[in-house]
Amino acid sequence: MRRHFPSSWPALRGALVGLAVTASLGGCAMPEPWVKPYERERLADPVMQIQRDALSAKHLEHVREVREGARGATGVQGGGCGCN
Amino acid sequence: MTTIARLLFTALLAALPAFGANAAVTASAGAPDFTLPSLGGENVRLQEQRGRVVMINFWASWCGPCREEMPHLARLYEKYRASGFTVLAINIDDDPHKAARLAQQLGMRFPVLLDTGKQVSRTYDLSAMPSTVLVDRDGRVRHVHRGYRDGYAETYDRQIRDLLRE
Amino acid sequence: MAAIERLRRALWRVQRALRALGERRGGARALPFAAMAHVLGALGGLLAAGQAQAADLPEDRAELMYHLYDGGGVRASGPAVLVRKSLLGKVSLSAVYYADIVSNASIDVVTTASPYRETRNEFGVVADYAVRDALITLSAARSKEPDYIADTYNLDVTQDVFAGMTSVSLGFTYGSDEVGRKDEGFFDGAKHWRYRLGLTQILTPRWLATANFEVVSDDGYLGNPYRVALVFGAAVPERVPSTRSSRALRVRVIGEVAPGMSVRGAYRYFWDNWDITAHTFDLGLSRRFGEGWLVDVYARAYRQVDSALFYSDNATAETLYVSRNRQLSKFDSNAIGTKATWTWLRVPGRYEVRLSGALEYGKTNFSNFTDLRTGRPYSYNATVAQVFVSADF
Repeated sequence: MRRHFPSSWPALRGALVGLAVTASLGGCAMPEPWVKPYERERLADPVMQIQRDALSAKHLEHVREVREGARGATGVQGGGCGCN
Repeated sequence: MTTIARLLFTALLAALPAFGANAAVTASAGAPDFTLPSLGGENVRLQEQRGRVVMINFWASWCGPCREEMPHLARLYEKYRASGFTVLAINIDDDPHKAARLAQQLGMRFPVLLDTGKQVSRTYDLSAMPSTVLVDRDGRVRHVHRGYRDGYAETYDRQIRDLLRE
Repeated sequence: MAAIERLRRALWRVQRALRALGERRGGARALPFAAMAHVLGALGGLLAAGQAQAADLPEDRAELMYHLYDGGGVRASGPAVLVRKSLLGKVSLSAVYYADIVSNASIDVVTTASPYRETRNEFGVVADYAVRDALITLSAARSKEPDYIADTYNLDVTQDVFAGMTSVSLGFTYGSDEVGRKDEGFFDGAKHWRYRLGLTQILTPRWLATANFEVVSDDGYLGNPYRVALVFGAAVPERVPSTRSSRALRVRVIGEVAPGMSVRGAYRYFWDNWDITAHTFDLGLSRRFGEGWLVDVYARAYRQVDSALFYSDNATAETLYVSRNRQLSKFDSNAIGTKATWTWLRVPGRYEVRLSGALEYGKTNFSNFTDLRTGRPYSYNATVAQVFVSADF
């Protein structure tokens, strides 16, 4: 019995992409980390922090999400409200 | 989202902690020798510590967990130094003045060595900050600890005691 | 180690179940299940991988903030509090309280109703759990207004890979809302799902980059029971689809250009099935001054280039869905802001207390939303201000 591989099947594509991501993250021949932990002094500086103050970021993100149509991908976890 | 996509997402979410980095200086190998200047001025060589149990601790002024760990190391030093235990705290800051200031503030009485050139860090292939290496009386690496969290100090205490008894 | 073994066995059981499920379905439909089983098998193998580093729990903190938003006739202000404490070095628990006291005399309210005042309270709890070199964050929050209750649950997992050079994070949010109307009480509901994927990559000892992708799905009552749309000049209650699905992709780069000074830039592309497309540009500069000062300045440009399919300033046809929600229209928004933080007390390794103030000024210009009072396209200015004190201990 021949198996069919429906090429237009988004679900199968999704699973295969997942497999590829897993395999690549799984460490099949990865390059050496080029910034060692002892070279990360500059990155530990407060000016290099991605987000220093969580409450401040939460408030600003809330203001933006209420006033604009776009939402998401900001790195701040959402909370709902009826502010519309 | 389709059911399959949801399944894949939740599976990835559940299994994400499985992706771990892996490691470097292995236990039961000879600890690579080094000579580094100390804050006091004189050079300190690892090989001269043979006969004593040595805890090599890599730390930096910008590393939070390192600062948390220091008081515990100071306590262990006072407790076991008479039995032949010593701590070599290797600082890897670019600016050794920061090391001096912090060493004074945290009350570090054990030798603080300066590895500004990062040579020893490279030799020991540091993969985390802080890193703690326990070396036995014969100069062999026995335990490697990466990072620091509450509870590690008790593990250090136990391991040092076992090594001292040998 | 025992925990890892248990996880491996659990994964193996799920893997077996998936295979069985696929076999029952038979034929080509078994393929996704077989693929899933393979993925889990690979992951199970990875669990046997060597020693890992320890993830850092967020530091203990107490933060008190007063925030203010004043723009377009709406004034929302209030306190916010955050308290976070770690227990046994394994878990960090936080409690958050946020209040919005709103006086609303916005253009919608003023042209179609009368100004009102109400308070929104939000309570949340967060638990951060560090396991090997992963950080798992669970949180729950409830936002309560007289006519809207929103419950939100989050799960985020952040994993350091590649010797800490890369950080991968996956996140999931589920929200369940109860929608009401002041004179009617609660009459409907809405559900929300968010799926997040994030990547942080160290590029050089001085530069790092982040990428975020988020999918948001909404189902239920997504409109506003007080808002009206205009059809042939007559006011009708708005009719909004009961589902919405959106995606956003954001890339950001942060780099240290001089000792103690960093620049950052970000771009986000947003698109959804209501036909809204938006671009967001962010540029920022942070600098340390002396021993205790840290100042950020930033500029933000937001361009909503396509309004929602069913959006209309004044509809000239009867359609299934119609809305005059200006948030869904075509508009530009530009803002500049600054934040200054002063370290008041510091004992290294023990505690640190900081005082901060932030101010943002922005202008929003609408293209296809008219100000009914003047007949011209609407535009407004907004000021956002925050003052807060943070203590790390």
